[in-house]
Order: sequence, then C-alpha cells, then structure tokens
Amino acid sequence: MTMESMSFADWLPVIFIGLMGLAVLIYAVLDGYDLGVGILLPMDASDESQRDTMIASIGPFWDANETWLVLGVGLLLIAFPSAHSMVLMNLYIPTAIMLIGLIMRGVAFDFRAKAAVDHKLTWDRTFKIGSLLTSLTQGYMLGQYVMGFESSWSAQLFSALSAIGVTAAYSYIGAAWLILKTEGKLQRRAVHWTRLAGRAAFVGVVAVSVVNPLVNPGVFDRWFTFPLVMFALLVPMLCFLAFTANEILLRRLPKVDDRHCWIPFVNVLLVFLLCFTGLAFSFYPEIVPGKLDIWQAASATESLQFILVGAAIVVPTILAYTVFSYRVFRGKATELRYH
Amino acid sequence: MLDTLVLSRMQFAANISFHILFPTITIALGWILFFFKLRFDQTDNPVWMRAYRFWVKVFALTFALGVVSGITMSFQFGTNWPGFMETVGNIAGPLLGYEVLTAFFLEATFLGIMLFGINRVPSKIHTLSALIVAIGTTISAFWILALNSWMHTPAGYEMRDGVAHVTSWLEVIFNPSFPYRFTHMLLASGLTAAFFVAGLSAYRILQGDPKLAPRLALKTGLVLAAILAPVQAFVGDLHGLNTFEHQPQKIAAMEGVWETERGAPLLLFAIPDEAQRTNHFEIAIPKMASLILTHELDGEIRGLNEFEGNHPPVKPLFFGFRVMVGMGVLMLAVAWTGCYLLLRRRGELPVWMLKIVVAMTFSGWLATLSGWYVTEIGRQPWLVTGVLPTADAVTPLAPANVGFSLTMYLLVYVVLMSAYIHTLRVMARKSVKVEEFETEAPQAGGKLTNVPDATEEGAA
Repeated sequence: MTMESMSFADWLPVIFIGLMGLAVLIYAVLDGYDLGVGILLPMDASDESQRDTMIASIGPFWDANETWLVLGVGLLLIAFPSAHSMVLMNLYIPTAIMLIGLIMRGVAFDFRAKAAVDHKLTWDRTFKIGSLLTSLTQGYMLGQYVMGFESSWSAQLFSALSAIGVTAAYSYIGAAWLILKTEGKLQRRAVHWTRLAGRAAFVGVVAVSVVNPLVNPGVFDRWFTFPLVMFALLVPMLCFLAFTANEILLRRLPKVDDRHCWIPFVNVLLVFLLCFTGLAFSFYPEIVPGKLDIWQAASATESLQFILVGAAIVVPTILAYTVFSYRVFRGKATELRYH
Repeated sequence: MLDTLVLSRMQFAANISFHILFPTITIALGWILFFFKLRFDQTDNPVWMRAYRFWVKVFALTFALGVVSGITMSFQFGTNWPGFMETVGNIAGPLLGYEVLTAFFLEATFLGIMLFGINRVPSKIHTLSALIVAIGTTISAFWILALNSWMHTPAGYEMRDGVAHVTSWLEVIFNPSFPYRFTHMLLASGLTAAFFVAGLSAYRILQGDPKLAPRLALKTGLVLAAILAPVQAFVGDLHGLNTFEHQPQKIAAMEGVWETERGAPLLLFAIPDEAQRTNHFEIAIPKMASLILTHELDGEIRGLNEFEGNHPPVKPLFFGFRVMVGMGVLMLAVAWTGCYLLLRRRGELPVWMLKIVVAMTFSGWLATLSGWYVTEIGRQPWLVTGVLPTADAVTPLAPANVGFSLTMYLLVYVVLMSAYIHTLRVMARKSVKVEEFETEAPQAGGKLTNVPDATEEGAA
C-alpha cells in the first residue's frame, strides 16, 4: 500500500496505532516512575520516613498514571479487537498476575496511610511486592509479545530477561524521579540507585536489542537495509549517548543549589522514547508480530470515526490538565496531607 | 467439573460484584463532598470542613479500591469474552473508550488535586476540583450504563455478516432502557452513600465522639436518604414498566408468573419450582401485580411458559427482587424515622436509633447487588438480548487457567474487603479522639488546622 493510494478509512488504523502507541509510551514513563519508586522502597525499620517521602512524591499522580494503561488497553480493544483477544488470551496468566500486582499496590497506597500504625509496614511490603510483580509481568509480557507468544525454553528465557530489563528500566526512571523530587539524604541515595539501575537497564536494553533482530528475521531486514540503516542506527546511538551522559552526570550529583537535578529524569525519558521508537520501528505495521497487521485487526470504520472525534478533542484536554496537575505539585515532595 | 463458561461467568460476576460496591459509594459521595466543601466556602463554618476532611479520606480509600478492581474489568473482555468484542465490539468499544477518555482521566487527575492540593491551589480551584471529580464519576456511570442498557435493549444497529454495525449513535446511547437504568443507578448510589455516611457517623457518635462534624454528616445522610428513597420507589416502578415492555420474560420471573394471566396476584413470598413450573407456599395479594405493571386490575401479564427454554432462571430473580425491594422499604422507614427523631430531639438521636443506623451502613450494597443480579441474570441466556447468547462469547481457554485466576481474585477480594471494613472502623475510632480547633479560612500556602502537627489526624 503506498501513501498516495490510501483512503481515509485506510488511515484510521494508522492514526489509532499512533494514539495507542502514545498512550503506551506515556504509561511506560508515568507509571514506570511510580512503579520504580515502589520497587526501590527501602524496607529497614529506620527507613520509614524515607518511605513516606518516596510515596508522597507519587501520591497525587499514581492514579492518573495507571489510567494510561486503561487507555492503551482500551484503544487496543476499541480499534483492534481481534488483536486484543489474541494478545490477552495468549497472555492470560501473566495478565492475571499483573492485575493482582496492580491491585496490591493501589490499595496498599491508601491503606498504609489510614491503617493502624502496626499494619503500616505490612502495607509498605505489599506496595513494594505489588510494584515488583507488576513490572516483572509487564516485562515478561513484552518478551512474549516480541517472541510471538512462543512457549519454547529459549522464548521463556528471553521473556525472563525482558522481565528483568523492564524492571530495571522502571527502577531507573523511578530513581531519577526521586532525584528530581527529593532532597538531602534520600536524594543522595536516589543518585546511587539511579546509577545502579541505569547500568542494569543498559544491559537489558542491549540484550533485547541484540536478540530481537536475531530471532525475528523480518526485524533484522528492516533494521539493516540500506539506506534506512543510516537513520535506524541513529536510534541506538542516541540511546547510548543518553545512558553515558547520565553515567557521567550522576557522579557529580547532587550539585550546589540542586542544579541539574532534573537532567537525569529527562535523560531516562529520552532512553524510554528511543527504546519505544526502536520497538515500534521493528514491528509496525504489524500489531501481533508475524500474525496480524493493523488493517486486518481494525474494527469498523464508522466506529473508529466516532471515537476519533472524541479522542481528537479529549486527548489534548487530558494532556493539558495533566500538565496543570504536575504544575500544581511541582517542586520537592512534601508530606501528603488531605487538608 | 466446572467448564470454562461457568468459571468465566463466576469470575465476571465476582469481579463486577466486587467492583460495583465502590463506585456505588463514590459516585454519590463525590457529590456529598462537593456539598460539604461548598457549604464551607459559603458559610465559613469550620464544622463543614471537618466533615469534609474525614470523608475525603474515606473517599480516597474507596476510590482506590474502585480503580484497581475496575482495571481488572477492562481486561476481562479480551481474556474471557472474546466473542463479545468480535460481535458487538463496534458498539461496546467506543462506549468504553468514551468512558476512559471523558471520565477516568478527569476523575483521576483532579482527585490528586482534591486530595492533596488544598494548600497548593486557591480554595475556589479546590472546590472546583471536587466538583470535577463528582462530575467525572457521574460521566463514568453514564457511559457504562449506556453500554449495559444497550446489551439489555439493543437499538440503533444492524447486523452485517454476524457483526453489529452502528446505524445511529444516539439510538445506541439513548436506547429504550437507558434513561431508567441510569436514573435508577444514580439514585441507588445516592441511597448507598447516604446510609454509608449516616452509618459511619452514627458509629462515631456511639463511640463517644462529642464533636459536631459527625452529627452534621449523620443529618446530611439521613435527610438525603429520606428524600431519595421515595423518589427511588417511583423511578424503580418506571424502570419495571420499561422492562415489562422490552423484557417481559424477566418480569415474569421476578413476579413468579408461570401462566399468562389477567389480574395476576402480587406474591409477597413463594418458592418457585422450575422443575414442576409452579410456586409453593404462596402468600399473595390478589390482582396487585397486574395493577402495578399495567395500572389495571385485570391487566395481562405474560407468563414464563410462553418463553419456555428461553427465559432466565427463576429463583435468583424472584428472591433477588424481593431482597432489593425489601431493603428499599427498610431504608425508607429508617430514613423517615431518623429524620422525625432528629426533628423531635433537636439533632440528637437516641442510642437505639443510632444502632439501627449503624446496622444499615452497608444496606445500599445489599440492595444494589441484588438489583444488579436481578437485571443481569434476567438477561440470560443472552449476553446481548437477541444478538449474542452468553455461551457463544466465551473464551476457548482451558478451565484450569480460568480456575486459577478466579481463585486468585477471590482470595484477594476477601483480604481486601476485610481490610477495607477494618480500616474504616480504625479511621472512625481514630477520628473520635482527635481534637480540632479550626477557626480560619483555608489559604493557598497556609495551614487549615492551626494546630500543632502532633495532634493532626492521620496525615498520609
């Protein structure tokens, strides 16, 4: 299909995969940092005040962050129903475990603040375990998706690697978020965490990038076909640059007057964006690798049109009031009060 | 051995029953909170603020449970009911999509400001956030009930190659049963929240709380319930008439009418027997069912035998309906008695009445659940009336997989429910002991309480 011959009806699935990609990317970044904060939660008895601050830093946001997952899955359901069924039926058990993880951390967040003092530690543990469970299963599902839902041991191994990689990446962005939102002792700790998680995430990204084209011949061709290869290789190079820049900067943080405390987060953001671009570039226009492309999976044109009208108005509005909310809560995290 | 269909139905029922409990509270509690905050803005009376502060925490907790149990729902369609999206995805998809786009983000984002932003934004913006959250929860109910009603009374579509395609979105959204079901559910939420607020406040008073805030909340809850209960009876009747027109087999099962008859009696009690297709131990008021449903003493009600093999199971509908109506009558009686006593005794309820109100704390849950069971089981054997049988939509997954996820969900739900109730009780008890001296209006950057940090209640 060439661009000129495409009708509006042909463009609709492209628009929706773009919207869905946007939702998934925003989800990975936003829920990524709050899952990461959950994973990093230190569990010593002496760490309680640091746990309070860490959780306070994500308090006003986590709820809306998770909504991006609902939107991403929702768009898959609305625009590509057959892909939705295929993906979720293949990932039935990991999906159920991820949902349990999301439930655990969501309620733990609220229970910890309101429960009797003797239960607070239990809820903090629940929060940490729930965050970890969610990240691991998401990474596992990503691996399975890339491997075309194979159940061979090599596919399982790759999915396990991807599970650890995604968990490291979430910890990376979570730690960078903490550098931005905290100060003093906790901030220094966060700098340390960011360095460790950054290295782990780097290994994960490299591993996934190497294995992906090796096991998927289509992906290999796409990345290494001249002249696109010049552009394509820009993505991993920039990604490497962002990792390196962070590595160098983190040695010098925190600086006087808290200068540059926001740069690690922006760098990680860049890493996420580039990894996402890489994945999208590997598979577009296939929505289930090797099985289904977006035109085969798309729902009826009139339904897509109906929802597009709403999305065109509402998505910018959502972005606007999300920005408003982040402005309201800008600056260092303070103790959460309901009044 | 249970098959995938039964297990998937059980899992869906478990998920949605657990989920609906929390939105049923938060839809109306959002409006009650907005009312508290608005009254505070208007009157500067700090008691409103104290009531707001206690209830906003309860709201946050309830809302969180609603969110996490709701995320599960959005996955259920794909995991367990692929046939649903394959057949009616063109209709269900956009309606669900609009719920996410117009409601979820609105409530989730402004909830952050509503809960934690009072010192960071001007009071007016904060009140506006509370209003937006309330509107968001209501919009959410609007879309989800539009879809649910469409599954009961589909309209505005045509079938092409076994797939539903939309011909008119207005007819899809405002399908015949939607206005009644939506209103009925909003009122149910109002009653549930009213008794929830009144019940927990009465509990605080019984625990020896001398403060004004729980009394104000108790009064708000009881007055709201006293107003809504009779309105609900009226709307429920209209909803029943609408069902009678579009789903007569559901009404026949609710009323336990086997043979088509004129002047059908209203059964106060009976035990329907589906094997022998008759009722045992009937206690009946002659001609009342016909009068209620057709507004004529000898109006005709079509019996279940006309729909043999194509009607829902009778027992759950028959008893579910009676539990719902019974709870409604009880709520009306308690709310009116409570208001009467409040008037007579200048705002204080006697201990026995407080105990009754505490016992009614979760009465709304019972009524709402039984009502939903009646209407949802009443649609069987269809998933979408006349379009898609439930059995055709289910996943081809192995029963073991569904059994595994169902067990996990049930375990988690039991733990969460006990934690929720326990935490509500802890919060109520904690608030009894907290001393509050609020004298000044809230300001951006200022503190509301003017008390030392040590005495502030449960800072999160």
